[in-house]
Amino acid sequence: MARGKVVLTLGDDVSTDIIYPGRFMATVLPTETPQFAFADHAEFNGRLKSGAIPRGSVLVAGNNFGCGSSREQAASCLKGHDLVVVARNVARIFLQNAINLGFNVVICPTIEAGEGDELEVAGEAVINHTTGTSFPTQPLPKARQAIIDAGGLIPYTRRLMIERSA
Amino acid sequence: MGMTYIQKLLARAVGQPDLRVGDVVEPRVDLAMSHENGALVLNQFREIFKGTDREARVWDPSRIAIIFDHRVPAESSKTASNQKKVREFVEAQGITKFHDIRGDGGGICHQILPENGYVRPGAVVVGTDSHTTTHGALGAFAFGIGATEMASVWTLGSILNVEVPATIRVNVSGRLAKGVYPKDVILHLIGRLTAEGANFKVIEFHGEAIRAMATSGRLVLCNMTVEAGATGGVVPPDEETVRYLREEAGVTGDLDLFGPDADAVYERVVEIDGSALAPQIACPHTVDNVKPVGEVAGTRVHQIVIGSCTNGRLDDIEVAARTLHGKKVARSTRLLVFPASWRIYSEAMRRGYLQQLVDAGAVVCNPGCGPCLGVHQGALGDGETALATTNRNFKGRMGNPTSEVYLCSPAVAAASAISGVISDPRGVN
Repeated sequence: MARGKVVLTLGDDVSTDIIYPGRFMATVLPTETPQFAFADHAEFNGRLKSGAIPRGSVLVAGNNFGCGSSREQAASCLKGHDLVVVARNVARIFLQNAINLGFNVVICPTIEAGEGDELEVAGEAVINHTTGTSFPTQPLPKARQAIIDAGGLIPYTRRLMIERSA
Repeated sequence: MGMTYIQKLLARAVGQPDLRVGDVVEPRVDLAMSHENGALVLNQFREIFKGTDREARVWDPSRIAIIFDHRVPAESSKTASNQKKVREFVEAQGITKFHDIRGDGGGICHQILPENGYVRPGAVVVGTDSHTTTHGALGAFAFGIGATEMASVWTLGSILNVEVPATIRVNVSGRLAKGVYPKDVILHLIGRLTAEGANFKVIEFHGEAIRAMATSGRLVLCNMTVEAGATGGVVPPDEETVRYLREEAGVTGDLDLFGPDADAVYERVVEIDGSALAPQIACPHTVDNVKPVGEVAGTRVHQIVIGSCTNGRLDDIEVAARTLHGKKVARSTRLLVFPASWRIYSEAMRRGYLQQLVDAGAVVCNPGCGPCLGVHQGALGDGETALATTNRNFKGRMGNPTSEVYLCSPAVAAASAISGVISDPRGVN
């Protein structure tokens, strides 16, 4: 990621029910899930759908982002809008789903940012250019980084399948 | 250094003498479970094979379980079409552990797996459902994964990049008092740990109250460990586990029973005095907002739900029927009951529980997830309050973001159905 503006700040324990309400779970295609991102947050959902939010914009969240249901739509709907999540920490299944889909989630335990702030993810830190402060990121475990480097779990598994049956 | 139960289980699964917390392993998978979201899994599964010369075949059709439960019978043509797609895939791949929408074998995945003997001690179980943690009650390492991860499991037969988790040991001493149930234990624990207190960790249950607890109650405990963020929950198997598997699940053959090492290293030990515990309730809008029921007693509720993968088992239906027998659901509320499987539904019917509930004014629905995830069978009106034996009370969970959901045991739910307000079951016959 280069730089992006914070378009939404969220507190702790934002569940996948908030990110992608259960009643839309029959929709599975990554091309169709983005329309229901934050569906119960009408104002933000409307801005997303109207195209008012530039690609690469940032959601800043507190602890335990993506807790609850394992629904992968919660990661695919955000990826579809090309958003970046910077969270203090992330629930296990959501984090794994994001990695598997090649979606950019940045774990930044001390992040402080408000709406409109300009953030930059620069290697081992998130820089808030608006406040002039830098916050260290937490690197992903190596085994997970390998999936990101492969472009997601589908190409990663495809390669393993071929290697193992060769 | 000694190993905890899950460390030992993973070491066996990968054939290593010992494992340390943080080691990354790729265990073989004994059972891979999906529900309606199998429709997404099979899309991703086919994607893996795209551009290769391989035919898209699952690694072992006998180790895959698919159970329709989230939207049964289908609430929309979209769901029906997803179910149709999965049904065709099941047929083409020869998947045997398939439970369609049927009165002679259907139900909620987290009840179907145990009652059919699909889960054994020592097994590695993954499911595209966060409440897959339930199956730790039978001594499995069972955890939720996403659809793409499952597509990878269907391809390779193993689960990639599992980090050996740290373990929180929970000792529940004493005997639970009358009117206090396993649901109260787990709600209390989540309140203490917080919604993220067990993130990336597993919870191992011990103590007199656990040893005395039937498997049905242990399933409740492990089911909700994910609400503290845990990867899994586990009750090391004992005589009760063997009894359940032999007598209720029809399992024959050898069972691999083991326990944690006496010198296992736990990240944290939590002590709960089971005998001192009062009925608990999780208040809106987080599962860790837990209080003794007494603190919110008198709160008016518009809809009460008894059922789900947490509390829709026979003993739960029995508590509700005994409480409501000869009484009436308050005019100001409505009571919906969802047995967790058709086997439970049938047994509850034979024992007269369903009739007693219907006579009291309850609506008994077909086994399934019902309104728990806000899809169908019991939407809430604007500003309404629900009391449910389910497992989540997140804002909007039951489909209406202006509503509120409280979580409790079936005993609290049934007592409250009579009064129409949140009530402590210890004050009700």
